Amino acid sequence: MTEAFAFYLFAGLVVASGTCTILSRNPVHSVLWLILAFFNASGLFVLLGAEFLAMILVIVYVGAVAVLFLFVVMMLDVDFKSLKSGFTRALPLGLTIALILLVEILMVVGGAAFGTFAPNAAHAPVLAGNHMTNTQALGSLIYTRYVYVFQAAGMVLLTAMIGAIVLTHRTRPGTKRQNIGEQVARQPGEVTRKVHAVSGEGVEL
Amino acid sequence: MIGLGHYLTVGAILFALGVLGIIINRKNVIIILMSIELILLSVNINFVAFSSFAHDLVGQVFAMFVLTVAAAEAAIGLAILVIYFRNRGTIQVDDITMMKG
Repeated sequence: MTEAFAFYLFAGLVVASGTCTILSRNPVHSVLWLILAFFNASGLFVLLGAEFLAMILVIVYVGAVAVLFLFVVMMLDVDFKSLKSGFTRALPLGLTIALILLVEILMVVGGAAFGTFAPNAAHAPVLAGNHMTNTQALGSLIYTRYVYVFQAAGMVLLTAMIGAIVLTHRTRPGTKRQNIGEQVARQPGEVTRKVHAVSGEGVEL
Repeated sequence: MIGLGHYLTVGAILFALGVLGIIINRKNVIIILMSIELILLSVNINFVAFSSFAHDLVGQVFAMFVLTVAAAEAAIGLAILVIYFRNRGTIQVDDITMMKG
């Protein structure tokens, strides 16, 4: 009973906030609705027993990706009103495509017999007598059998980081910055000179 | 009793919402990126639901990799958006015709 209540609460909020994400006029509101959707999806993950993924979803998505979106939305000075034009024109087409897609997927979901999983078909079965937590079990799988895939995921993140830095980095002309090599290589003879100052005439620099 | 079909239905609805968001917000790249995040979230819900109901952890491992790729995609997408805005002063997607693709 409690599980059903929690499921319908989280599922309803996910769908509602997803709808608000795509329909909001203000992109800042969209990002905030997206954050709510991620929070409720992590609630669904907890219900499914995937605690580690639920926490990862909150930390990575809400803590990093959504905040990145917020930064970009607030940094760019864009007239979002003009971007909203054509909204109602595309609505019938979009609704048609989305409805067809939804009906098709639901027909697959409703028609398939998902209740008959063979217990020995699992590649990494969660054993009943096993007292490992979800995080421990995931770790023991990631660092052994899927270690190469895990490394590849790290490479993907490294590539994304380098790509983002290379794309957005720019050297502005006219800024003064310290050149340490030039600074260290300066010799006293190149930059100072000795003048003989005659009394009453001063020196010419 | 909440079964696998319930979770798959939520995933399907979220996926359809993401596709709808891409189509109706065709001019606003930021909302398109958010819709892609919604689609990837629905895929993750499917992965985790199957993993939970099949008592098989591999689904959760792959959901984690989907999360990784989604984070990388968001970072690169927003970086491209920032340099496009810096060069053109707008983020109108239909102006991007330089490569005549």
